[in-house]
Order: sequence, then C-alpha cells, then structure tokens
Amino acid sequence: MSAESVFYLLAGAAVLSAVLCVVQRNPVASALWLVSTMFALAGLYVLLNAQFIAAIQVLVYAGAVMVLFLFVIMLLHVGREASDMRGRGSRVAAGAIGLLLLAELFVLSRVTPGGLAVLSGGVGGAGSPLEAFPAGRAGQLAPAAEGVVGAIARPLFQTYLIPFEITSVLLLAAAVGAVVLAKRRL
Amino acid sequence: MLLGPSLLVSALLFTIGVAGVLLRRNAIVLFMCIELMLNAVNLTFVALSQVLGLDGQVIVFFVMTVAAAEAAVGLAIILAIFRHTRSVDLKHINLLRG
Amino acid sequence: MPPLVLQAVTPATGAASWIWLAVALPLAGFLVNGTLALVRPQAKRAVSIVGSGVVLAAFAVALAIFVQLRAAPPEHPIIVDLWRWITAGSLDIRFAFQVDQLSLVMLLIVTGVGGLIHLYSIGYMREDPGYARFFAYLNLFIVFMLVLVLGSNLPVAFVGWEGVGLCSYLLIGFWYSDPVNADAGKKAFLMNRIGDFGVMIGMFIVWWNLKTLDFATIDEVAVRSLTAGGMIVTLITLLLFLGCTGKSAQIPLYTWLPDAMAGPTPVSALIHAATMVTAGVYLVARTNVLFSLAPTSAAIVAGVGALTALFAATIGLRQYDIKRVLAYSTISQLGYMFLAVGTGAYVAGVFHLATHAFFKALLFLGAGSVIYAMHHAYHATHSSEDAQDLRNMGGLRRKLPWTFALMLIATLAIAGIPPFSGFFSKDEILAAAFGRGATAPVWKLFWGMGLIAAFLTAFYMMRLLAMAFLGRNRTGAAEEEHLHEAPWIMTGPLVVLGGLSLLGGLLNVPALFGGGARLEHWLEPVLARALQMVPVELPHGATEWLLVGGAVVVGVAGLLIGWRWTTASPIPPAKEALPERGFAKVLFRKYYVDEIYHAVFVRPLVGISRWVLWKGVDQGLIDGVGANGSARVARALGWIGSRLQSGHVGVYVVVFLVGAVWLIRAVVR
Repeated sequence: MSAESVFYLLAGAAVLSAVLCVVQRNPVASALWLVSTMFALAGLYVLLNAQFIAAIQVLVYAGAVMVLFLFVIMLLHVGREASDMRGRGSRVAAGAIGLLLLAELFVLSRVTPGGLAVLSGGVGGAGSPLEAFPAGRAGQLAPAAEGVVGAIARPLFQTYLIPFEITSVLLLAAAVGAVVLAKRRL
Repeated sequence: MLLGPSLLVSALLFTIGVAGVLLRRNAIVLFMCIELMLNAVNLTFVALSQVLGLDGQVIVFFVMTVAAAEAAVGLAIILAIFRHTRSVDLKHINLLRG
Repeated sequence: MPPLVLQAVTPATGAASWIWLAVALPLAGFLVNGTLALVRPQAKRAVSIVGSGVVLAAFAVALAIFVQLRAAPPEHPIIVDLWRWITAGSLDIRFAFQVDQLSLVMLLIVTGVGGLIHLYSIGYMREDPGYARFFAYLNLFIVFMLVLVLGSNLPVAFVGWEGVGLCSYLLIGFWYSDPVNADAGKKAFLMNRIGDFGVMIGMFIVWWNLKTLDFATIDEVAVRSLTAGGMIVTLITLLLFLGCTGKSAQIPLYTWLPDAMAGPTPVSALIHAATMVTAGVYLVARTNVLFSLAPTSAAIVAGVGALTALFAATIGLRQYDIKRVLAYSTISQLGYMFLAVGTGAYVAGVFHLATHAFFKALLFLGAGSVIYAMHHAYHATHSSEDAQDLRNMGGLRRKLPWTFALMLIATLAIAGIPPFSGFFSKDEILAAAFGRGATAPVWKLFWGMGLIAAFLTAFYMMRLLAMAFLGRNRTGAAEEEHLHEAPWIMTGPLVVLGGLSLLGGLLNVPALFGGGARLEHWLEPVLARALQMVPVELPHGATEWLLVGGAVVVGVAGLLIGWRWTTASPIPPAKEALPERGFAKVLFRKYYVDEIYHAVFVRPLVGISRWVLWKGVDQGLIDGVGANGSARVARALGWIGSRLQSGHVGVYVVVFLVGAVWLIRAVVR
C-alpha cells in the first residue's frame, strides 16, 4: 500500500469518528469515538514525518486527557436524560456557520507550495517544496542525524526554552487549580 | 506531498468541532468538541511543519500541554457547577445573565 | 482706536487733592460700625460718635475744598486720579474724582444734610437693637452717594448709582422681619434696576460713538462728534433719562418711593428726599452737553417732569399717612427739578435741588419727631393704632411747639412764599418754562402744569400741617399725656435745617430783587457749553413781575384754601374713618397705578417665569430631556446591552463563531 492510500484511509477514519463523536447521544460513546479520532490522527502524524508528536498524542491526549473525560462523565452520571441536542434554530445555525467556515477554510487550504513560498518568503517558483523551503528540508534531515526525539529536543531546549519553562509553571497552576476547584470543602 | 489533503482534513475536523459546539447541550460533550477543534489545529501545524520547519512540531508540543492543563481545569469547573446545579445541561447554567 | 484723553484739566492742588478723604472717612465709618454691629452691637456710644463723626468730618473736608475753590474758581474741572480700574484693549477707565463747582454743590449738600440727619438718628434710633447696623448702612450710603457725585466718568458714577440703590434696599428693609418692609425694599431695587438698564445701554452707546466715558472729555468732543438733534444723542439721553426716572421716581418708575416710606424716617429724609433721589437730576446736569444736543429728549424730560409734578401732587391731596404725603410731595418736587433741567435751566434745577434738600429733610425729620411722639404714646397705652396716620393726630401744636414752628417754616418754603428759599427756586423754574414758551408753545403747557402743581402743593402741605398740628387732638385721651417734644439731639438738626430753609434763597437771589445770583455765577464754568447751545430765556420787566406775583398768589391761595378746607369739618380718627368714595377714592388709591403695573407687568412675568421657564424649560427641558433624558438613554442602552448577556453559553458561542467566521472571511479576501 502506498502512502497515499494509507493517508486517505486514516483521514476517512478520523473524519468519520469525529462525526460520530458529535452525533452520539451517549456521552461515553462520544468520548470513545473521540479517542478513535485521536488514534487516527496519530497515524496521520506518522505519515507526516512527526513521529514524536504521534507518540505523545497517544500518550497524553488519548491516554490522559480522554481518560480524565471518561472519569468525569462517569462521576457525574450524565447522559441519562433525553437527547441533549439543541433545537431547530441551533441546527440551522450550526449548518450555516459550519458550511460557511468550511468554505472559507477550503479556500485557504488551496495553497500551493509555490503560493506558500511567496507568502512565507522562501524561494518561489520551485517545483518541489523541499527545494522551495530550506527550513523544511532541514527539518526532514534532522531526524536522520539525531533521531526523532533529538530533532525536537534541540529547538525545544534552545530557542523555545523560556516558553518551555513557563509551560511547566502553567501545568503546576493547572494542577493546583483543578484540585482547588474540585474540592468539596476548601 | 500530503500538504493539501492534510489541510483539507484539518478543515473538516475543525468544522465538525464547530458544529458540535453549536449543537450539543451537554457541557462535557461540548468540551470534547473543543478538544476536537484543538486536534484539528494540531494537524494543521504538523502538516505545515513539513515545509516550514520543525517549529511547527514544537508548537504542537506546547498546544498539547496547554490543552491538557485546560482540560483538567475545565472539568474541575464543570464538577463544581454540577455540585451547585445538579446538571451539566447548558440551559441550566445561566447565572451570569445580565 | 485709542481712547480720547482729556485735553483741558486744572491740576489738583491744596485741599482739592484731599477729596478722597471725604469718601474714605465714611467708608471707615462703615467698616467700624459694621464690625461693631457684628461683634458688639450694644456699643451705641461708639457707633454714634463714629457714625456721625465721619460724616461731619467729610463735611469739613468739603468746606475746605469749597473755600479753596471760592478763592480761585477753576475754569476746567479738577480731576483727582486715584487708581487704574479697568483696562481692556482701548478701554482705560480710571477711578477718579472730579472736583468742580457742580460736584462741590452736591458734596456739600450730601455731607451737610447727611451729617445733620446722622445726628438726628442718634436720637430717633436710640432704642432700636439694630442701631450699629443702621449707622453702618447709613455711612455706606454716604460713601456711594459721594462716589456718584464725585465720579469723573460714567462707570465710576454708575458704581455710586448702583451702590446707593443697594443701600436704599438695605435701609428700606431695615426692619426686615416684617415682610412688608422687605417687599418695599425689593420693589425699590427692582424698579431702579429697570432704570439702570437704561443707564448702562446709554453708557455703551456713548463709548461706542465717542470713544470716551469721562464727563469732561464728553463735554469737549460731543459737539463735534454727534449731530445735534440726531438719533444717537437722542437715544443716549433718553436712555440716561430712563435711569433718572427710576432713581428719581418720575413717571413711569416712581411707584417704589411711597412704598419706601416703610423704612425708618431718617432714611426717608436722607435718601428719599435730600440725596439719592436727586441723583437723576445731577446726572442730567452733569451730562448737560448731551441734553443740549438733543432738544427732543430735553422736551421729554421737561414734559415728564411737569406731568409728574402735577400727577403726584393730586395724589398727595388724599393720602392720610404723613410720610406718604411727603413722599408724593418729593416726587412732585423732583418733577419740578426735571422741568428745570429739561428747559435748560440747570441752575434753577440745582438751586431747587438744594432748597428742596433743606425743607424736605426738615419736613421728614419733623414728621419723624411727630411719629416718635405718637409711637411713644401708643406704646405707653399698648394701643395698636397707626402712629403715622394724620387722622390720629391733631392739636400737636401745643405738645410739640418747636417741631410745629419748624415744619411751618418748611411748609411756607415748599409753598413758595417769599422770602423763604423755596420761593426763589421754584419761581426760577416757572419763569424759565414760561420764557421758553415764547419759542416753543408746549412749554406754556408745562408752565401751566407747574403752576397748578404749585397750588396743589401749598394745599396738601397745609392740609398736612392742619391735620397734624391744628385743631383738637384725636390721638386719644389716654395717649394725650404721653405726647411730648422730641429730645434736643433730634430737634437741634431741625433748627439748622429750618434756618437753611429760611435763608437758602440767598444762594441765588435773581437780579430782579437786586441779588447777585451767586449760584448762577458759581456754576457758570460747568454749564458754559450747554447754555451757549440752549440759552435760558427768562422773561423780563412787567412779565417777570406778573409771573412772580402770580406764583405768590397761587401759593398763598393754596395755603389758605387748604387750611379752610381741612379745618371746615371735624376729622374722624383713623379707626372711625369712612371709606373713600368717588374721585377721592381714585386719588387715595393712587390712580390704581400699582394695580395696573401688577396686572400688566408683574403677573405676566411671574406667569412666564413659572410656566414657561420653570415648568417648561427647567423642569421639562433641562431636567426632563437633559438630565433625566440622558439617564433614560443610558438605561436603554444598558438594557440593550444586558439583553445580549443572556447567560446562555450557547448564544455566546454562536455569536463568537459568527465573529470568527467573519474575521476569517476578511483574511480570505
């Protein structure tokens, strides 16, 4: 199987799972379909040469965040009532806004590598994006040299060190906040 | 390259997430649709990182971290509200009415 | 355009340079008495000494200056510049005093008669708790009156003009706890305000056309800059005269003066007889050049004066309050003064101003002594009868002999009986009017009105004298023993004024009687230009003797007929008096002028104020639309905003996404 067909398979799976997630009445089922979406996305990441990201997608998102969701759903016993879809007005609005948004994003996504080159200042007119964008080429070669994790670690601990540290503080704050907010009595 | 199709898939996922936010009344499911939107954005970043450099993947790294933190805090808030109103239905949560 | 500067002025030397002292002394008196009124009102001795002392000291200063000027009469006015007052652009008004013959006459009258009245007040107001306040206000009045007559330019004179109006208000409403007095004070002030409007507009027009406000400079340039008989000078003079009708109680703004009798009698004597009300006459005399350039205005001045003289005299025939009779008499005599200055006989007008100050002050102070006695009598018997009603008096000749004698002298003076002062001054006015009648026939009418008014004057004055002093006493058996003469501090000034009423004629005895016409020569430099333009045409020879004789006959006839008429039938006391009927009622009710003014002016004005301006504009527009309306708009906007905050997250999300879609659309473009 070629990369293309695998791609279309995984993409279809992702979209289908997403639709089912939104449509399902039972929140647990919604959560599980979301997990499925995330797995499909992880596959897509691998195809897009972001193996490390694929790994932490599965570990963090599907493994931790969704589990948390499921815990909360079960803790609150939700989903017992009737359908929680909103009324006709909301469906019309959802449809309209959704279509509008899709159209806009579609237009935006019709970006050719050449056009993208003009937009982002790379060398225009080249056929292959890899020639048009030297940074992309470097990105493709880095994993070969240092390994996948090393390729990400280098910018993370050098250029993006400060956001990294701030994010750790953010996580601490989120942890404390979640504990405080969820306590029964302070 | 898979850039074009990836961006299209990302757009689709994002739109589905928007529709879900508009259609569902359950707060937790709403939250899950928001997570879906975040994932779509992650896909966009990863797709574009192929041509624009590894910075895209680093950004995805941060997005995931923040999304996790946000999920934790958000669900804690929903828990607190549930204790108050015994419901996670959006139509019962309107105390901030002006 | 730069302002015009005076060309010809005599330098201020010697006593004249001390003129500011004459104003500073009463001002110091005001401050001291005012302070005493606030901190130690019972210090009556100090107040008496300070209050009268400063005015008498000012009189001494005036005398000193008079002596100096008598020796060397200045051709041009002496201007004593005190300080720079208003400078704005080309406007440079200085606070300066003008010392010339005319202002000196006024200065002497104000400080002299004023000083006598201050002495009188020591006795009259002795038992009043507001003693110190009274003298403070009285001193302040002297200050402002002097500023008025000494001011060298229109704005300074106007400061004095307004200031005397203020003091008049304060003193009329001196016993303010009675609303009648407060209302009288307000009425006086408001009516004066109408006149002041005229003076101000007149001042503005003077500045606009002549570029100067100094009297002396106006005198010099008016002839060249204004067309004689033209619209501008007529307008200026008419507007100034409007102020004079207010201040000097002429038709149509005279109704405040009878009401002003609500104030203490010394106030009536000083302000509403001798000094403040003469301010209008002084103003016309001061701006004589302008009036000489506007014959129409001068005719109007003379006409209004003559009409007022006759009109007020008729009202005085049927009044029963002793002070009211004198008030209408004052209005009538002021009419004579305006008849004089309107005819161009400024000397006659100022002469009558002086003699009138003497005998009218004497009459008022005498009436004050009578009221003082009546008041004490009623107080002793705890009666609530009116102490000022002539019908309650009678036979006071035996109780108050000095007062009677002096008031008799004043009555003869005002009736124009020779050799008393009033004869000379009134006669000169009527002669000037008659003389002008040869060239302008309407003046014959004025002369006729003046003659009839002279008859009526003698009549009502004799009536007053007869009702108060002659016949049987009507006060009441119990009160009669309490009636006695006033203390010497009060009767003393009366004697001085009596002497002046008797001898005042010597100021200006005309050539007909072999006199030197001293006042006329004294005032010549001030009036030179005016007399050149509008000379006074006095009749001579046989006509003159006929006129004099006629006036004397009329005066004597008035006195005799008045006496016979009043004493013919017994007069009932006030409480038994029958209501007035017929034309007598119209006279008693003063031709209903007050009622007419109330209906025509006051009620519509109050109506407009209440319904249009208050309810309409203030409550409806400013409050309703402005304040409350803007609040309502804010609340409505807030309501709209609050509707957006429904609290439903779903709605918020929709709005949010709509916005996001729109933003992306903008990028896509």
